[in-house]
Amino acid sequence: MSSAYQTDALIAEDIDAYLAAHQHKDMLRFITCGSVDDGKSTLIGRLLYDSKMIFEDQLAALESDSRKQGTQGQEIDFALLVDGLAAEREQGITIDVAYRFFNTEKRKFIVADCPGHEQYTRNMVTGASTADLAVILIDARKGVLAQTRRHSYLCHLLGIRQLVLAVNKMDLVGYDQTVFDGIVADYAQFAQSIGIERYTALPISGFKGDNITALSAKTPWFKGPTLIEHLETVEVDTETAQAEPFRLPVQWVNRPNLDFRGFSGLIASGSVQPGDAVRVLPSGKTSTIQRIVTLDGDLDAAVAGQSVTLTLADEVDCSRGDVLAAADAPPQVADQFEATLVWMDDAPLHVGRGYWLKLGTQTVSATVQQPKYVVNVNTLEHLAAKTLELNAIGVAELATDRPLVFEPYATSRTLGGFILVDKLTNRTVAAGMLKFSLRRAQNVHWQALDVSREAHAALKGQSPAVLWFTGLSGSGKSTIANLVEKKLHALGHHTFLLDGDNVRHGLNKDLGFTEADRIENIRRVGEVTKLMTDAGLIVLTAFISPFAAERDMVRSMLPGGEFIEVFVDTPLAVAEQRDVKGLYKKARSGKLQNFTGIDSPYEAPLSPDIRVDTTTESPEAAAERIVDYILGGRIDSWMPVI
Amino acid sequence: MTASLTHLQRLEAEAIHILREVVAEAERPVMLYSVGKDSAVMLHLARKAFYPAPPPFPLLHVDTTWKFRAMYELRDRMAQESGMDLLVYQNPEAATRGINPFDHGALHTDLWKTEGLKQALDKYGFDAAFGGARRDEEKSRAKERIFSFRTASHGWDPKNQRPELWNLYNARKHKGESIRVFPISNWTELDVWQYIQLNDIPIVPLYFAAKRPTVERDGMLLMVDDARFPLGPGEVPVERSIRFRTLGCYPLTGAVESTASNLSEVIQETLLTTTSERQGRAIDKDAGGAGMEVKKQQGYF
Repeated sequence: MSSAYQTDALIAEDIDAYLAAHQHKDMLRFITCGSVDDGKSTLIGRLLYDSKMIFEDQLAALESDSRKQGTQGQEIDFALLVDGLAAEREQGITIDVAYRFFNTEKRKFIVADCPGHEQYTRNMVTGASTADLAVILIDARKGVLAQTRRHSYLCHLLGIRQLVLAVNKMDLVGYDQTVFDGIVADYAQFAQSIGIERYTALPISGFKGDNITALSAKTPWFKGPTLIEHLETVEVDTETAQAEPFRLPVQWVNRPNLDFRGFSGLIASGSVQPGDAVRVLPSGKTSTIQRIVTLDGDLDAAVAGQSVTLTLADEVDCSRGDVLAAADAPPQVADQFEATLVWMDDAPLHVGRGYWLKLGTQTVSATVQQPKYVVNVNTLEHLAAKTLELNAIGVAELATDRPLVFEPYATSRTLGGFILVDKLTNRTVAAGMLKFSLRRAQNVHWQALDVSREAHAALKGQSPAVLWFTGLSGSGKSTIANLVEKKLHALGHHTFLLDGDNVRHGLNKDLGFTEADRIENIRRVGEVTKLMTDAGLIVLTAFISPFAAERDMVRSMLPGGEFIEVFVDTPLAVAEQRDVKGLYKKARSGKLQNFTGIDSPYEAPLSPDIRVDTTTESPEAAAERIVDYILGGRIDSWMPVI
Repeated sequence: MTASLTHLQRLEAEAIHILREVVAEAERPVMLYSVGKDSAVMLHLARKAFYPAPPPFPLLHVDTTWKFRAMYELRDRMAQESGMDLLVYQNPEAATRGINPFDHGALHTDLWKTEGLKQALDKYGFDAAFGGARRDEEKSRAKERIFSFRTASHGWDPKNQRPELWNLYNARKHKGESIRVFPISNWTELDVWQYIQLNDIPIVPLYFAAKRPTVERDGMLLMVDDARFPLGPGEVPVERSIRFRTLGCYPLTGAVESTASNLSEVIQETLLTTTSERQGRAIDKDAGGAGMEVKKQQGYF
């Protein structure tokens, strides 16, 4: 056993000395990646085994499992120790990210075991996002493969500064130096081509234990360091981050009573002391740090990587999502960006659809443009693409509904890294890295207008609202909406009806019926609707609007309570039988593509504000009910929709 | 200035970050409090995260009525000290049927713990529950996310977990769904012990060796904690110097013979020991190699 690991002797003789030393260890997070069968799990099993992170009963189970399922004959199959889930034990491959822990005398390590399969780019990116270092495994018999290039590219993309090229299974090539040198030369050429500046190449055998903790007698031509020596001495990212300006994304405002208001969060970069001048972003207001409050007493200073609660000398507005930053070096604020996206969901990117974007403690609604290009991760070529599929990596512009406090990902993982969440399924669909903000966002400012939307509405003596009719083609949306508008008009209200067919003759005549065009159609109608409500109008819209996400997008553009969803619920069979425009017939015969209900889906509202069943209620009666709803329940007293 | 943070400082900061994220994003969070050492650390971290306010959620103890007496004492004391509400839930069906660990084996854990937990979460409508599980405890836990989703029927789907990037957690869920959150996922057993020592966190005295009445059954040393312990013919409790590495229901929790009577000695024994932590508990051995994974798919914590 190498001296790198904990010595039982010290533990037995002087536990307090051992604990004192252990207490002061720092922590390195790294990932291992490589192709299937490169020996990742075996290497990690070896590190755990050598550091005594497996116990006797686990070892006994391992020995018996090795005989039953192992791939190493009568020897211990370390991979079985690491491959956790039942399904993959049967398949013999690692399918998810697993986290492992071990200690040496100098450090605690957290290892993310990342899979090599092509379709699991998602898991590798996940493991890489928190790593200080990556160990890229290469099978000495196979050399640099497409997957080696892919993993190196992803690690570089995710900003990992320390790469280790571990040429594994050296025992199977007779510990031949020329094999090792050949692989390293191949890799050097590739690394340079994608801008990887530094890496450390090591000849190892995870199975036999060569050059893991001690230099191997089998490779006299290799002068070190061993893998463990290297892992123990590289610089950890949190130390690098301390040199940057102070940033703290506010997670939680702590208000136990009227006398205390603290701002809690994890310091993303820099350091902070009482008396430091800080700026609250995006508002830009300034104050100074009063106290750094903890359960164990106030601190004199705190640094990147610590979770703290700060109080400020002044009563400034500051809440979750705001960022406290060094007053003289604040981060940027913008609402349009260019970003790299890694798509992680089975459902591809919908260009123009609103997704939740979470960055630090900020959550906003964001739309993504058509990608500028996607990257072929094997050849690193840039290819044209209309969308992003599972595991695709692409560069695209995106826009947010509110300004984001951010820094380029290359400067800050915390203020530059984000996830996208599907608003309907709640799945995490993408990881993103902001590259820069777009100029137009910096140069286009809101013009403050003196006549406000309240003033417009007050002059008309009404509260603005949107009656959003949705339903299949031929369900009766336009008919009912028309009746409702006539009634409201007769009662002296200022209204406007936007009809799907009519809008497509003008504003949206450049749009077709693909999914992307349908999303854009609704987005534009939503923006027009919003302008009209700003002008104080009651707006009625009659659009199929088949996707729940787009209807929600319009809802989120408007003040709470102003969006009233009216579901004109006519079964497909009934609408098709009516077929007033003859469109169903065309769609059935294949003359019309992407027709809702036939070859394009309709996502019915789950909880509409008003539902009209046209098989039991006449258009006249429905219109009467809708007018009662909008005038009877005062709009301003409605509960805001969250 | 540059200060190198220790691994414990970084783990503490990560856990506090997680606790605050949940409170900021969930509607009704709760902390599952099992009174063991991992729960003790988790509770302490919660007090740090929200100081000077008390943690803004209650403690929930899913009780089996068969815990050690010393555990009930510490539970009540810690709830009072932390200023948090303590909710104790006992599955009424298990109580009515008189389910106990001596006569009912695996059914005891299933009804009191697994079913009891589901019932308690449903009863109070909690949508996020903190748990003290660690990834180093067991193979399938190594792959579980920090934010782990459960369906409305509390099932876990290991193939369909959300990716967790950086320290960004997606806490969005549909009505009825809930999340289990594990703030000390990345801690090892040694980290937990050392943190308890450095922060002087109260733990159940049963972790320290003392003379206690015991009987030996099926290779396990059991403590006779109260009069409900059915002694066999001729079976007489023997005073032994014992302690516990984990705590659960006393009839299911094996003791180890030990003289480690303070934290340093306990840690020393832990480091030098050759059997892993959960071996003292009967629960993991039920279903062979994949035991815990199967239990979790059914809703066990």
